[in-house]
Amino acid sequence: MPDTNEKFGRSSVFYDTFERRGAEEKSTHYCPGCGHGTVQKMIAAAIEEFGIQDRTIFLSPVGCSVFAYYYFDTGNIQCSHGRSPAVATGVRRTLRDAVIIGYQGDGDLAGIGLAEIIHAASRGENYSVFFINNAIYGMTGGQMAPTTLLGQRTLTSPNGRDQFNDGRPIGMAELISVLPAPVYVERCSLSTPKQVLKTRLAVRKALRYQIERKGFSFVEILSPCPTNWGMTPIQARTWVTEHLETVFKLGRLKDYDEDVPVPADPVLHPIDDQQMLTLLTAGGIPTVKTSVEKRPSRSFKIGGFGGQGVLSAGELMAACALSEGYRVSWLPSYGPEMRGGSANASVICSDDPIGSPVVDTPDVLLAMNGPALDAFEHTVAPGGVILVNSSVVNQKTRRTDVSYYAVPATEMAKEAQLISAANVVMVSACLAVTGFLSIQTLRESIPRVLRKKAFLERNLGLVDATITYLQQQEII
Amino acid sequence: MAYRLMKGNEAAVIGALLGGCTHFFGYPITPASEIAQGAAYWFPLSGRMFMQSESEVSVINMVYGAASAGARAMTASSGPGIALMSEGISYLAGARLPAVIIDMQRSGPGLGNIWPEQSDYNMVVKGGGHGDYRNIVFTPYSGQEMLEMTRDAFEIADTYRMTVFILSDAYIGQMMEQVSIDGPVFHGKRKDWAVYGDAQSRNNLITSIHMNTHLQKEHNDLLQSVYKQVSADLVDYETIDTDDADIVMVAYGICARIGLSAIRVLREQGVKAGLFRPKTVWPFPACAIGDLAARKTKLLVVELSSGMMADDVELAVKGRTEVARFGMVGGVTPKVEELVQAVTDMIRGGRDA
Ligand SMILES: Cc1ncc(C[n+]2csc(CCOP(=O)(O)OP(=O)(O)O)c2C)c(N)n1
Ligand code: SF4
Repeated sequence: MPDTNEKFGRSSVFYDTFERRGAEEKSTHYCPGCGHGTVQKMIAAAIEEFGIQDRTIFLSPVGCSVFAYYYFDTGNIQCSHGRSPAVATGVRRTLRDAVIIGYQGDGDLAGIGLAEIIHAASRGENYSVFFINNAIYGMTGGQMAPTTLLGQRTLTSPNGRDQFNDGRPIGMAELISVLPAPVYVERCSLSTPKQVLKTRLAVRKALRYQIERKGFSFVEILSPCPTNWGMTPIQARTWVTEHLETVFKLGRLKDYDEDVPVPADPVLHPIDDQQMLTLLTAGGIPTVKTSVEKRPSRSFKIGGFGGQGVLSAGELMAACALSEGYRVSWLPSYGPEMRGGSANASVICSDDPIGSPVVDTPDVLLAMNGPALDAFEHTVAPGGVILVNSSVVNQKTRRTDVSYYAVPATEMAKEAQLISAANVVMVSACLAVTGFLSIQTLRESIPRVLRKKAFLERNLGLVDATITYLQQQEII
Repeated sequence: MAYRLMKGNEAAVIGALLGGCTHFFGYPITPASEIAQGAAYWFPLSGRMFMQSESEVSVINMVYGAASAGARAMTASSGPGIALMSEGISYLAGARLPAVIIDMQRSGPGLGNIWPEQSDYNMVVKGGGHGDYRNIVFTPYSGQEMLEMTRDAFEIADTYRMTVFILSDAYIGQMMEQVSIDGPVFHGKRKDWAVYGDAQSRNNLITSIHMNTHLQKEHNDLLQSVYKQVSADLVDYETIDTDDADIVMVAYGICARIGLSAIRVLREQGVKAGLFRPKTVWPFPACAIGDLAARKTKLLVVELSSGMMADDVELAVKGRTEVARFGMVGGVTPKVEELVQAVTDMIRGGRDA
């Protein structure tokens, strides 16, 4: 009978005295006959054997083994209830060579932390999980666990676990084993010396696979909790054999010893500062000297259908203003209305710091469709400008106190075989009629804003076509 | 000086890169998804790590793990996601781990909607999680501040071993402005308390549990002393035209932008109005607000909540001046004229204090 009752094993991976528990303390906090001590000894022995003590990081769960860090003379992280697989992931993505040990109870792993363990397993995080299934919540005094057997009495299943009220016990090893990523899944038991021996081998294998960077290993260990089962240590071991092992079948469910694709080198190689700045400032606009005299601010509203390039028209306008040294703000309307319905953008250009980015009374309205004209024409500042896409907008403005211009933007874009560029026509026309920003600036800004570089020439062609059209119509 | 036109959300990602962040763990939620999407693009491109997790609960615990291992780690989310992270944030505080979290506030409670509110204030500033802990909370009001505050957050988080929040809103994230990338570039250094999986750090322990009441007291007292130090070191705010003001608007984030427009209109009308803009809401600029109160300057607190920050303003004012609340909820933002009207009413004594 493996004994956990004696002072914790003498592996050099354990502290000599457990000072974190108390001065000169030599015994563990586990109850007599508890399985936690047995498993932790095995883990310590395996760490020692592999010579990985310095590299090891032990993740203590919430549960009776929350204080595993009292004993393990390794790096230690205590995790919140059930989340140690997420913590392991964070550590793994940071440290290439650490040996990470996940150690969780059944409440922790199969109850509150079910999502975390499944996803860590499914990602194949390279670490080893030891799952202590004692069919009960130990630390909190003996409540029902997801692994509690049908009929088993606990504080919260006083009449025995009922399959209809409480569901049936969950087989974690089976669940994990059906995922494609894990490389090793085995269920062991501490019921007899023979099983303990098998468990020891499983613990070693799970660690070895991690050291070899094979991926995710999962060892479920059926383990006695004499205290909360209300049994003596001997009775408890027998109960493991006679009850737990009949529901939770022992055995190896998965073992890919060979041919496992080893994940790419997880070490990060951050680029140096200069490379970073070069990358980030690509396409940047050097400050253009601002005029000595303050220029008046301008605000724009651009409205139309989603898909007409309303938002990027605003962006183009803002980019032009930025390169002429203005401060700019661009604010989209967004949300459900963005999906297929109408869209609008607010743009402000100013020599002063911009306050509200919301444009309630635009100086200039670009209406790319009829509803946009309807929605915003009354908001335009007196003396302002309304420019409509006459290919789509049939009505004229009712306002008499604004300048009104019409350009067949959609048709012109179609003609240039770039239907998506009606917005470029609108922006070109806007700048040409208002003279707010130069057409040369527009030509320089288009490449910065344009996402599909292949269409650059056609976009620039549309700028020229717009100017020609306005001249022919004697608008400018 | 070079400028790029970018959204607040993108500026935050770039700020993170400049701040030496190496790990981004994310979970999609409007209006914060663009930050994760930006990180998914920029982080791998610059040799750093981005990962989408299975939930915000996992996200925050991944941040916990990476921070335990010495990394500069972050995430970004919005109300429902931040709420899910609360337990983890409390653990970060208890274990004294540095982390950076961006909250792009949206409308609540429940699923609410995706338009801006500032109603996560209590959750973030007062601590949504359990226990007596604090987060350092910055409140950017422009793309430039999104970048700079996010960048600096990593230095500050490491210095004090605390979580630093960037408490922003859907408008500041969506808005595009000129942003300069010039400025310092930071990198995390080796920490003597972190767990690196090597001989030097073998004795290190990351934990928030102290079973012994004396040890817990000692630990909690230590936390409080750090918070006291932070309160002395980090309070930040901006005042605009407050010196001669009869009335000052107190606002952060998008409300401060609208407030800025409103005071310009008011000044043109000859009203002596000013703007007080907290750049940190924890630590809260209570002394500076107290000074305004001592001068009997009337205060109008403008925010997208029923008055969560106004409570802090009232605590700082201690009844010494008139404080009115202008709150708007549901995802609607006040119009400039509405603020102008509210100030005018208050000056005439027409608005309830
Ligand atoms: C969020 C949260 N909920 C509940 C608890 C209380 N709690 C502490 S330990 C525990 C159960 C642990 O049981 P198990 O994982 O089976 O481990 P054992 O104690 O049996 O080893 C619970 C529910 C907690 N600490 N945190
Ligand atoms: S309560 Fe059970 S699991 Fe916890 S230490 Fe005691 S025997 Fe072990």
